[in-house]
Amino acid sequence: MDTDAPHSMGTTIIGVTYNGGVVLGADSRTSTGVYVANRASDKITQLTDNVYVCRSGSAADSQIVSDYVRYFLHQHTIQLGQPATVKVAANLVRLLAYNNKNLLQTGLIVGGWDKYEGGKIYGIPLGGTIIEQPFAIGGSGSSYLYGFFDQAWKEGMTKDEAEQLVVKAVSLAIARDGASGGVVRTVIINSEGVTRNFYPGDKLPLWHEELEPQFSLLDIPSSPGPEPMNI
Amino acid sequence: MSKAEVDFPPKGEFGFDLCKRNEMLIKKGVQPPSYRKTGTTIVGLIFQDGIILGADTRETAGPIVCDKNCEKIHYMAPNIYCCGAGTAADTEAVTDMVSSQLQLHRYHTGRESRVITALTLLKSHLFNYQGYVQAALVLGGVDVTGPHLHTIYPHGSTDTLLFATMGSGSLAAMTIFESKYREGLTVTEAICSGIFNDLGSGSNVDVCVITKGHKDYLRNHLLPNPRSYISPKGFLFPKKTVSWTLNYLQN
Repeated sequence: MDTDAPHSMGTTIIGVTYNGGVVLGADSRTSTGVYVANRASDKITQLTDNVYVCRSGSAADSQIVSDYVRYFLHQHTIQLGQPATVKVAANLVRLLAYNNKNLLQTGLIVGGWDKYEGGKIYGIPLGGTIIEQPFAIGGSGSSYLYGFFDQAWKEGMTKDEAEQLVVKAVSLAIARDGASGGVVRTVIINSEGVTRNFYPGDKLPLWHEELEPQFSLLDIPSSPGPEPMNI
Repeated sequence: MSKAEVDFPPKGEFGFDLCKRNEMLIKKGVQPPSYRKTGTTIVGLIFQDGIILGADTRETAGPIVCDKNCEKIHYMAPNIYCCGAGTAADTEAVTDMVSSQLQLHRYHTGRESRVITALTLLKSHLFNYQGYVQAALVLGGVDVTGPHLHTIYPHGSTDTLLFATMGSGSLAAMTIFESKYREGLTVTEAICSGIFNDLGSGSNVDVCVITKGHKDYLRNHLLPNPRSYISPKGFLFPKKTVSWTLNYLQN
């Protein structure tokens, strides 16, 4: 059991555009080797009021990158005199990821809303490419979702449809990927602002061969215990 | 004398001759001295208006316990303490360094230090050293924004949690927190489960309770491993042994 292994967020992260904004979703598991170091982590980090980033890969690298970008964007907003656009935020992330590609191991999805372009999603995988997409998936759990999205994604969804799609997709990935788990967190960003939602693990739908939550032995303290045998 | 000049590099730069000598010795089969690790169980939890930090007190050098009663809860600021697991030198050095930086910052700003300041200083230092500074920390304190508890890993990532465990005994301690956290303060139980189930942790329990404006540093709060037999004769040393007393400085 190597508790000194660097923390990685095995992860499933998703960003989806809908008509009016974007929905970002992620699981909540941070693992050190096979031990789950944090089962309720928040992988969707704020960069500005209207731009958020989903982090995957090395926990340390992604935290440092998002801290730097938040700092640069804050300065940029002051200098510009108005909220930063999603494109600028994504490009700042991309510059850090590309120029330090030998040192960093993190895949990011930047999503947000601005008044010029509306809702936009930018995927920035390992290596530092930037690619603007109507939807993006990342992390180890995303391998199980390519087929799902090919079939389920459509243009012009409503906010609720988009959020349900994201929750369903993350829960499917959690069911199949050992490095993803915990709860599903979503962030909806549109012209009205930002809404954070939380879906606990036991409220997610059950998929093929998944069992109902069982009676837990931890509930025993409330009962007096088995009767001792009489001799 | 010419011999003195050979010992010091002429321009006052770093001399790496001893590194080459060490490599040569290792090739010849000499064992390098092992690091003193704090094998450790360290925990923290947030309760109503404050935080509690707990730690065991065993320090090991390989399989030997070199200090049965060391202090793993380090002072950072009057309202912030930090438990450290990993290489003892690294945890001591990093917590001392950030504690001094925090004090300078307090002089500059004229305000009480915030936990998140300590967090950022520690995390950026550890990230810069890419995990080579082997310090895994549980940082906790109460400041104007409320009680905060963070874990910091050697590579520089941090987590913000309601309850946290670190160190080799973290798995044993986490089982206690996961099953009983809702029912109230169980820090000493968590530390004891680490002490009794993990070989790298042991001896006594230190607890530190921090609330707004007040802290209780309970050194050796529990001593569940007393020395059971002490020979009345004491130790017998051969006649020519020099007697040596250890002076222990404590604030």
